[in-house]
Amino acid sequence: MSRSAARYAAIGGAGLLVLAAPFLAPAFVTQFTFLWLMIVFALTWDLMGGQLGYNSFGNILFFGIGAYACAVFQRDSGLGYYEALALGAALGGVLAAAAAAFLGLGILGLRGHYFAIGTLGLGIAAGEIAGGWDYVGAGSGMTVPLFPGALELRSLFFYFTLAALALATFLTLRWLYGTRFGLALNAVRDDEDKAEAMGLYTARLKTAAWSLSAFFLGISGALAGNLIGFIDPRDVAFAGATYGVWMVLMAILGGKGTLWGPVIGAAVFHITQEIFWTYLLGWQRVALGLLIVAIVVFFPQGILGTLREKFPGRFGSKAEVQ
Amino acid sequence: MSLLLDVKGVTKRFGGVVANDAVSLSVREGEIAGLIGPNGSGKTTLFSSIVGAHPIDAGAILYEGRDISSLRISEIARRGLTRTYQQTRIYGQMPVIDNMRISAPDVKEGILPLFRRAGRASEARARDLLSFVGLYEKRDLLAGSLSFGQQKLLEFAMALMSEPKMLLLDEPTAGINPTLINGLIDRLKRANKEFGVTLFVIEHNMRVIMNLADRITCLAHGQVLASGTPDEVREDPRVLDAYLGAQ
Repeated sequence: MSRSAARYAAIGGAGLLVLAAPFLAPAFVTQFTFLWLMIVFALTWDLMGGQLGYNSFGNILFFGIGAYACAVFQRDSGLGYYEALALGAALGGVLAAAAAAFLGLGILGLRGHYFAIGTLGLGIAAGEIAGGWDYVGAGSGMTVPLFPGALELRSLFFYFTLAALALATFLTLRWLYGTRFGLALNAVRDDEDKAEAMGLYTARLKTAAWSLSAFFLGISGALAGNLIGFIDPRDVAFAGATYGVWMVLMAILGGKGTLWGPVIGAAVFHITQEIFWTYLLGWQRVALGLLIVAIVVFFPQGILGTLREKFPGRFGSKAEVQ
Repeated sequence: MSLLLDVKGVTKRFGGVVANDAVSLSVREGEIAGLIGPNGSGKTTLFSSIVGAHPIDAGAILYEGRDISSLRISEIARRGLTRTYQQTRIYGQMPVIDNMRISAPDVKEGILPLFRRAGRASEARARDLLSFVGLYEKRDLLAGSLSFGQQKLLEFAMALMSEPKMLLLDEPTAGINPTLINGLIDRLKRANKEFGVTLFVIEHNMRVIMNLADRITCLAHGQVLASGTPDEVREDPRVLDAYLGAQ
């Protein structure tokens, strides 16, 4: 079998597995659905943290904006369930992207640790604002409309919509990293002053990258809000201590600055976390904490980064050509 | 030959230190100009002022007849005036060839050209320039894994890739293997002749700068001490005194 045939076979097999998974293991559909969400988290975070070198601790903000924007639209639009959800999700994505563009004007001027600290406050502030704003239910949160169908159908619906979102995010980023826009992101990461001195439009680049990251996160927030069914300002929408931290961890675990790293990291993280819940109940957070420490100590480059270092030839890195 | 760069009375202070004190000099279109001076005489500061890395305190910098002293570094780069650094600056975690690709001139047009595929001509030019500096064999290595001298050559190739009108080179031969220096002089001259790039070069190696430059300016303590042809500068007693040591 030629290489490209093997490749298509692998893609086809993976595709079938994704389609068949909820039927093969119906008990785990919700877990699989959250896995897709985690993949979106890790991929969008890595666009900023890994490719652009801007470690954002505030990306959860865009998730929350998407969740609220969609829920408000569903509440007030008067449209049918699916139409309201589709348009609401799109609105969530656009509003999140707009928020990133606006905030980027100020915050993306910060470098390194200052940017990380600057973004840290975003999610916290947003949670407080949403918790005090009656229009979005204040501290008692928002409920989303009931799904118009059977419970099994609801699980399948969200499984496939989130799978589609994860796939769309992945393919968009794969395409993006293949263009010179991707190279420009890496150039800013490696030496922003040099990139500027070479005439690159670094401010626009950074804003575009953050907005794109926010767009997909906004949609994921809209879908996740409906999946969970209830939007709490601090525990769901702006859950910085869980989702907000996890997105960073998953990307680092899998390998920052790679396309597949965040996907692998999300899968490993999510599965490990579920195992901890099942077998170490009561201690799952402790185990998770230890795992995080172990990752940072033993795999500072992440899974893919470590493999790439050990077997550079397998990842297309070429040595000197004679 | 018309003046491409005209520095008029530029003063730059860092706190109480006057790094450049009313420096005036000019570079003609198409020539190779040299800038020499003892350590700490303000050469690199002057370069940074010219390319807009920091604001100046007094004076004016005319490039193509327009005052660029209030423009930012990226805006000046887009007008075709670029510099290289004494401590090289390259994109270390990217392969050498990608360093070249992202230095193509059309990236200075905006964000959208980045989504266009780089043309075949641009790819060929990247390869040719890497061959020109002798790094073609290293094209797939991470730029950060190159030696200091090779990074210096890569930075020079990247600068040429961006098709500048004028290039400011800060000590291009520092850290380069002495046996390669003659080759580098030859390449700088060829870049000047074949690509029509006006060069303005800071250099400590006297043999190199005397060989390379059409005209030389000597700075000392932030002030212009002398300027003229290499021979005039070499024989100027003030230069000998300040730079080469009194006899």
